[in-house]
Amino acid sequence: MRHDVTIVSNRQIAKATMEMKVRCPGVEVAPGTFFHIKTSGLLRRPLSVANVEGDEITFLYKVIGEGTTELAGKRVGDTLDVLGPLGNGFLLAQHGKRVVLVGGGIGVPPLYYVRRRLHEMGIETIAILGFDSKESVFYEEAFRELGETIITTVDGTHGELGFVTGPLARIQADVLFSCGPEAMLKAVAASPIPERYLSIENRMGCGIGACFACVCQAPDGYVKVCSDGPVFNVEEVLL
Amino acid sequence: MRLNVELPGLRLKNPIIPASGCFGFGEEFAKLYDLSILGGIMIKAATEESRFGNPTPRVAETAQGMLNAIGLQNPGVDAIIEEKLPFLSTFDTEIIANVAGSTPDEYVEVARRISADPTIKAIELNISCPNVKCGGMQFGTDPVMAAELTRLVKAASSKPVYVKLSPNVTSITDMARAVEAAGADGLTMINTLVGMRINIETGRPILANRIGGLSGPAIKPVAVRMVYEVAQAVDIPIIAMGGVRTVDDVLEFIYAGASAVAVGTANFENPYVCQEIIEALPARLDSLGIEHILDVRGKAYAQLVSRP
Repeated sequence: MRHDVTIVSNRQIAKATMEMKVRCPGVEVAPGTFFHIKTSGLLRRPLSVANVEGDEITFLYKVIGEGTTELAGKRVGDTLDVLGPLGNGFLLAQHGKRVVLVGGGIGVPPLYYVRRRLHEMGIETIAILGFDSKESVFYEEAFRELGETIITTVDGTHGELGFVTGPLARIQADVLFSCGPEAMLKAVAASPIPERYLSIENRMGCGIGACFACVCQAPDGYVKVCSDGPVFNVEEVLL
Repeated sequence: MRLNVELPGLRLKNPIIPASGCFGFGEEFAKLYDLSILGGIMIKAATEESRFGNPTPRVAETAQGMLNAIGLQNPGVDAIIEEKLPFLSTFDTEIIANVAGSTPDEYVEVARRISADPTIKAIELNISCPNVKCGGMQFGTDPVMAAELTRLVKAASSKPVYVKLSPNVTSITDMARAVEAAGADGLTMINTLVGMRINIETGRPILANRIGGLSGPAIKPVAVRMVYEVAQAVDIPIIAMGGVRTVDDVLEFIYAGASAVAVGTANFENPYVCQEIIEALPARLDSLGIEHILDVRGKAYAQLVSRP
C-alpha cells in the first residue's frame, strides 16, 4: 500500500492550482479514492485521484499551506512516498441511469476520473462545475470532451454567474455525484435527485481509519471519512 | 532472545508497542502486517458508554509534531469486549487496555469489566488525556487524586495496572511516587503536552476543541528527560512513549530507564513503523555491541552514578 512514486509532471493549470502526474505501476485505482502523500511535515496530505492513464496517476491540488507549497516545488524525476489508494470511491454500476456530476473548486478533480470511467462504460453524464472566477477554472475542455458541461463562476467572469445550485435545479437526473466545499455539499444534498453521493473532505491523521481524526456525524453515530468514505450516500452522513 | 522483556502481566517478545489512540483496535494495521510481530498493543481508550468525542477539526500539524483533540472516541467498554477483543485475541501479542472515565466510579467499572477478559494482560490507567472536560487529566495532575484513583482501580482490576502519566505537571516524579505508593505495577509515560495553534488568517484556533495534545518528535526530549528522572525515583517499570519513530529513539528511552517503548504518532506518518523498528533492532544492537536490549536500561544515569 505504500509506494515510492516518481513525478513525471508538475505544473500550474489555474490560479494556485497544480496538476501533478506520478508513475505508480501495478495499482488499481477506483474513482473517488485518494492517496496520502508524505511531505517533510509530520502528517501526510490526502489528495484525490483526478485521473489514471496507464501507470500514471494524476493529482490536482490547491497550493494553500506548507505541505502543498512543498509539493508545488517538486520537480520531474523527484520521488514521493504515497500510501494508497485509500478509501471507498463512487459506485460505477449506474447503467441505464442519468448521472449528474457536481463539483466545486478543488472538489472537481475526482469527478473527472469518475466521468472518464463512466464514459468508457457508456453511461451518460452531465457535469456542473463551480469556480470562484475565470482564472480558477481548470479541465473545462477535458470535461467537455466527455459530455455536456456547465461552468459557473461566483463572480460571473466565466460561464454562468452564481453557484452550481442554479443549473442543478433545472437538471433531470437519477444519480448525483458531488465533491466540493462543505457549504456546496449541504446545498447539493438537498437536491430532489433520488440517489445522491457526496465525497467529503476533512483534516486527516492516519488516513486508514485508526486515529478517529476525520469523523463525521451520522444518523446512527459517526463515520470515518478516510476509511468509510470519502464517498458517502447522502443518507449515511449528517452534514 | 535479545529483545524479550518481562514486565508485570506482560511477556513481551520485544519492547515495541503501538501506543494507545494511535492504533485503534488493530484492525486497520492488521491489513498491513502481522500484528503477532509486536511486543504488545495498547488499544484505544475505553469508557463505560460509547463516546463520539470532540467536533472536527481534531488534528493540526506543528513543527515536528501534531496536535490532536479526538476526545476519547470509542464504542464503550462492552462493545470493545464483544466486538474488538475477539479479533485481537487471534494474535500472539500482549493486549493492554487503556481505561478512561469521567468519575472514579467509571474508571473502576471499566477496569473491572475489561480486565476480566482473558485477552487483556494489563490495564493502562489513563489519567492524562488532555482532551476531555471531565476526568482525564484532572486525575493525573494532582498526586493525591492520582493515588486514590490508582488504589481504586488496582482493587477492581484482575490484571496489573500501569498508570499513564501526564507531562502537564510541575513534578512528574511526585506523580510517579504517589501512584507507585498507591500500588501501581508500572508506569507509561508520557501522554501529550497541552498545546494549541491559531490560524492567523481567521484569528481562531485551528482545533475545534481550541486546545489539544502535542505529540511527535517535538516532544521526545521532554519525554526522555521525564523518563530519566522518574526511572531513578521509582522501582516500578516504565513503558516510555513520546515522539519515537526510529530504532535509535527506542534505545534512547531504554538508556533513560524505560523497559519498553510505545510508538504513537509515527504510525500515522508511516503505518509500517513498528514493523520496521522491530526488524532493525538486532542489527543496531550489534553495531552498538549490546547483547540484550535491557543491558543498557538506565545506563544513562547508572554511568553518571558510578563515575569517580
